[in-house]
Amino acid sequence: MDKRIASLADAVARIPDGATVMIGGFGGSGAPIELIHALIDRHVVTGHPTGLTVVNNNAGNGHVGLAALIEQGMVAKLICSFPRSADPKVFTDLYLAGGIELELVPQGTLAERIRAGGAGIPAFYTPTSYGTDLAKGKPVEEFEGRPYVRERWLKADFALIKAELGDSYGNLTYRMAARNFNPLMAMAAACTIAQVTRVTEPGGIDPEQVITPGIFVQGIVEVADSQQEEILNRANAHYPEVQA
Amino acid sequence: MTDKLSNAQIAWRAAQDIADGAYVNLGIGFPEMVAKFQPPGREAVFHTENGVLGFGEAPAPGTEDWDLINAGKKAITLKPGAAFFHHADSFAMVRGGHLDVAILGAYQVAENGDLANWSTGPKGVPAVGGAMDLVHGAKRVAVITDHVTKDGKPKLLSTCTLPLTGVGCVTRVYTSLAVIDIENGHFVLREKLPSMSLEELQAVTGATLHIDGPVADLIVPEL
Repeated sequence: MDKRIASLADAVARIPDGATVMIGGFGGSGAPIELIHALIDRHVVTGHPTGLTVVNNNAGNGHVGLAALIEQGMVAKLICSFPRSADPKVFTDLYLAGGIELELVPQGTLAERIRAGGAGIPAFYTPTSYGTDLAKGKPVEEFEGRPYVRERWLKADFALIKAELGDSYGNLTYRMAARNFNPLMAMAAACTIAQVTRVTEPGGIDPEQVITPGIFVQGIVEVADSQQEEILNRANAHYPEVQA
Repeated sequence: MTDKLSNAQIAWRAAQDIADGAYVNLGIGFPEMVAKFQPPGREAVFHTENGVLGFGEAPAPGTEDWDLINAGKKAITLKPGAAFFHHADSFAMVRGGHLDVAILGAYQVAENGDLANWSTGPKGVPAVGGAMDLVHGAKRVAVITDHVTKDGKPKLLSTCTLPLTGVGCVTRVYTSLAVIDIENGHFVLREKLPSMSLEELQAVTGATLHIDGPVADLIVPEL
């Protein structure tokens, strides 16, 4: 078994139009920015994929990563908890112009919906959002005298995630708070592709340190010096680069 | 109106009620200030939704590691004994009743404990983040807020008029003028600025302030 993929372009080559794609990260930390940019590169050349439904906690910041994917016109719908950032202009303008659909989900409900999707649990009850606008139309049931809202699982065709170490079986570790949604999304997608800082042979990761077991991962691609969204934004970077 | 507490002073007062050993989540923005005022000899462990327990101060500029941030996307540092975890575990800590205290900001609080702090109405882009999760599960959900809005309208009301974050979830409110508990659907006044009369305080409060025992003077240091 060897889940290594030779290039970023190969890693994103099979994502079709209209796919649901979970993208890991919380803001820039843990965001697979090189995989996102590879997807944009493919769109620049081929016009595909388009009409994507993207699941992420946020809606991008500045003009790189997820914001650039939206700016490229590839995203039809976003499922997220917090579509605001230091520079949310790309999403905000498109949303207010009616150019992108938004499904707003409380952050913990978003995480649990993804976890449930990966765990084969079609629905669950949570106290979150009871009595609020975000619970409208959802079934409510009482347990031990308190009301809970029923929420459904969330699954995806693809997950693009970022991890730290990966072996060729797809076992993964993460770096600090860059873990966030990545292990959950790895479980919830039919095909999970991880960009990792370093790929090792099997045995290169202490089994005690594995956070995502390789069973949840279909492909890994090494990106040794991955970029940080925050640093790109401080340099006012755009992707693809703006031609003067 | 005479004087009122600064945001730092409201945060200081809220910090006095955090017990040694408490696990605490502070909302993004103003509530983050509470961490600065932990009383000497007490140690609280701070939780952030994106998967860290036991974080400390912001790092010096230029030393940030952007894989180490808080829910407000600001760079943080770790204290000895810190832990990382994924988002589902993070919100299990929240909804599962494992946090001792959550301290949040507010647009409005109702006398039954309803909180509105995520949306000012249908205009613009809606964004909720973790607010609706945080109001459920923590053993105490406290609010820190100015007592009135910028244009002088009460923020403590009989009923919230803005979209709700949670129903009947707030247990204590620390304002720029008073400390108020929410018990059995009522605001119960615990402390007020000594320079204010009860009538003056009631006049800027949108629901009846109940008195149940002694009302202490709200006294905080100059900060």
